[in-house]
Amino acid sequence: MNLQEYTSSAYNFEECTKCTVCTAYCPVLGVNPLYPGPKQAGPDGERLRLKDPYFFNYALKYCMNCKRCEVACPSGVNVADLIQAARIKYENTKPKLRDVILANTDFMGTLARPFAPIVNGVTGLGITKSVLDATMKIDRHRTFPKYSARSFERWLGRRKKEQAEFPEQVAYYHGCYVNYNYPQLGKDLVKVLNALGVGVQLLDGEKCCGIAMITNKQTEHARKNASHNVEVLKQAVDAGLKVVTTSSSCTLTIRDEYPHLLGVDSSAIKDSLLLATRFIFEKLEKGSELKFKPDFHLKVAYHVPCHLEKLGWGVFSEKLLRMIPGVEFTLLDSNCCGIAGTYGFKKENYEFSQAIGAPLFEQIKTVNPDVVACDCETCKWQIEMSTPYSVKHPISIIAEALKDD
Amino acid sequence: MKHDTVIIGGGLTGLLAGISLQKAGQSTIIVSSGQNALHFFSGAFESISDLPSRVADTFAEAGVRVHYKEGVSLLPMGNFRKSFLSLEDLDIFPAAKFASKALVVNFMGYHDFFSSFIAEGLEKAGIQCRIRFLKLPEMEHLRQSPSEMRSVQIARTMDRIWEKVVQEIRMLIKDDDAVILPQVFGLQDTTVPGRIREAIPAKVVFTGTLPPSVPGVRTIMQLRRRYEVLGGTYLMGDQVIQAHAHGNTVHSVATKNLESHYLEGRSFILASGGFFSKGLISTPSRIYEPVFGLDIDYPEDRNSWYNPDFMGRQPYMEFGVKTDADLHAVSGGVPFSNLYAAGGILGYSSPGLGYAGGMAINSAFKVVDQILKDTKE
Repeated sequence: MNLQEYTSSAYNFEECTKCTVCTAYCPVLGVNPLYPGPKQAGPDGERLRLKDPYFFNYALKYCMNCKRCEVACPSGVNVADLIQAARIKYENTKPKLRDVILANTDFMGTLARPFAPIVNGVTGLGITKSVLDATMKIDRHRTFPKYSARSFERWLGRRKKEQAEFPEQVAYYHGCYVNYNYPQLGKDLVKVLNALGVGVQLLDGEKCCGIAMITNKQTEHARKNASHNVEVLKQAVDAGLKVVTTSSSCTLTIRDEYPHLLGVDSSAIKDSLLLATRFIFEKLEKGSELKFKPDFHLKVAYHVPCHLEKLGWGVFSEKLLRMIPGVEFTLLDSNCCGIAGTYGFKKENYEFSQAIGAPLFEQIKTVNPDVVACDCETCKWQIEMSTPYSVKHPISIIAEALKDD
Repeated sequence: MKHDTVIIGGGLTGLLAGISLQKAGQSTIIVSSGQNALHFFSGAFESISDLPSRVADTFAEAGVRVHYKEGVSLLPMGNFRKSFLSLEDLDIFPAAKFASKALVVNFMGYHDFFSSFIAEGLEKAGIQCRIRFLKLPEMEHLRQSPSEMRSVQIARTMDRIWEKVVQEIRMLIKDDDAVILPQVFGLQDTTVPGRIREAIPAKVVFTGTLPPSVPGVRTIMQLRRRYEVLGGTYLMGDQVIQAHAHGNTVHSVATKNLESHYLEGRSFILASGGFFSKGLISTPSRIYEPVFGLDIDYPEDRNSWYNPDFMGRQPYMEFGVKTDADLHAVSGGVPFSNLYAAGGILGYSSPGLGYAGGMAINSAFKVVDQILKDTKE
């Protein structure tokens, strides 16, 4: 008998000192009594699951994978990885049709984009929302992100020659959201990078990072995307390019979730994959300059998305926003908005999702900014749905503040 | 990234130093590897026996309500300890017999508040005790996961329903002149403990629970918010893994999350805490400080590191990094010119600085003064 088999885990659960700090910072535990909490679901549960998979608790599906437990843990335990890895290993349920649809953001985008005006019209209808609510358990309060008639890839593809003329080059992993729903963010990034003398290239066929597939039990599909993405990223990196991103969650997924949850090694590209805010901050630090409008004024409240807190790179967005002349800056308290990607779209999570976000929404209303800044697309939907304020990516705010030539 | 001062450790020491330096016009950044010892905070800043106005002001400006009295406070195990400077949540009595009849109130299903130990301790002090459990429909949802019925979860509910708890207690009171309650009130709204005291016709005493400490969690939120409002940058969940120095001058540190992006500074404060926070690391053969490899005084024989009497005074609690008289940290017998050590990492052996919360406060302010002096020269 191999005792090790029943006692050792790929995750560092034995580092847990049972201090309970994580339980004070779990957004779900505060609102949903069905969830056993990060300590129980993570390190405590792991010890039992290793002995017998019988102890796997299906309530682990309520974990949003926001990673706040990991950020709070004084002992460096990968609590959220423990929970997600257990779901991948032990959860014997097939994903529902709804979860497949919600998770396959690039497939849905490819389908919907050519018919964008029709799709946008139909998904916006009250009757559609009621039908989706009743048949698929997608909550009727949710608004689907609008699809753009023209993809970002097509837009940038047409400017390939013009971009190639810049002395310095980067590749851009834009993700599904920029490509299908909001190409404007990609265009804003190109504007800012061009102003720094940097041209932007597409990767040779990126795919969805797979984050929603991981949390929606489509592990094999996520793994395929992961291997593909690492391959195309590596091509760019081998060609001497840095790869910039605008989505904090895609970035976290490729850097950390690929190796930790999918077993796909991303170490070869990890150091070259940077959030655009970090890339820009580092350029400015080395002496590059951006010219801003002299009369710009904007009251900005900045919300750091959970996955950006986990990455630890929110500081770059914060410092860039503070750097813009005329920006009146407020850093919002560290709170989760409650959406967690596809989580908040599910009918069973809707109420919890809104309860989790309530303190953030309240604070935004108190600050009463012109705009909320945030690096995450799903936080944007959640905040725009739950407050009267619009949300912009820090890159878009920089683009707006740039002096026109 | 450049700042005037880089602070390693985001607990009480790091935040107090950060707040003071920001106020003095410096730009600072705090790197905190997870949450800190305030999550195990009793409410009493031990070993600080006076309240200088700068300490009082710093807390008041952050909205942290403290009081200073000489006396004893009731501990979670039912014993009493000498206390001075404390959060307002914690009562300080002139003597242990602060009442004649006490009603100890706990919540049904809550295992982190030791009502029977407390009653036993109070009886010893000459106070008659009754224990009662409250069962409220608003708390039933918490009991669905009994293992997670913890202080902070209860406190979230109490922020909404504390008035109902007051009503229930008013019905339970007979001729009791004191009511003992767990510290699960005022997580968001700091006025709640005071309003409960006013609404109950007996002396209300809030007593510590097992962690996380509700007053501690609230205090850290308040201090962090104050620090950020003053323009400080707080990196939560990151860890300094390497330092870069020329001779005895530190010029930058590398962190786990920022990797090749170094944090540069003119001054550095090491406030990374003791063994629990991994400011100090103990192995079977040695004790070391992982970032700078600072000097630590400890006996070679491991058996003398600890006292077999578990509840006795433990020698390892005194081990800390060596500094000069101005708290410049020392490596290989030589003090760094711009690295300062403060808080739990000093151990309990620095004379004049006290220990625990008191030492955090004393050393944080001392280091701030020294930095302002050193950088002026």
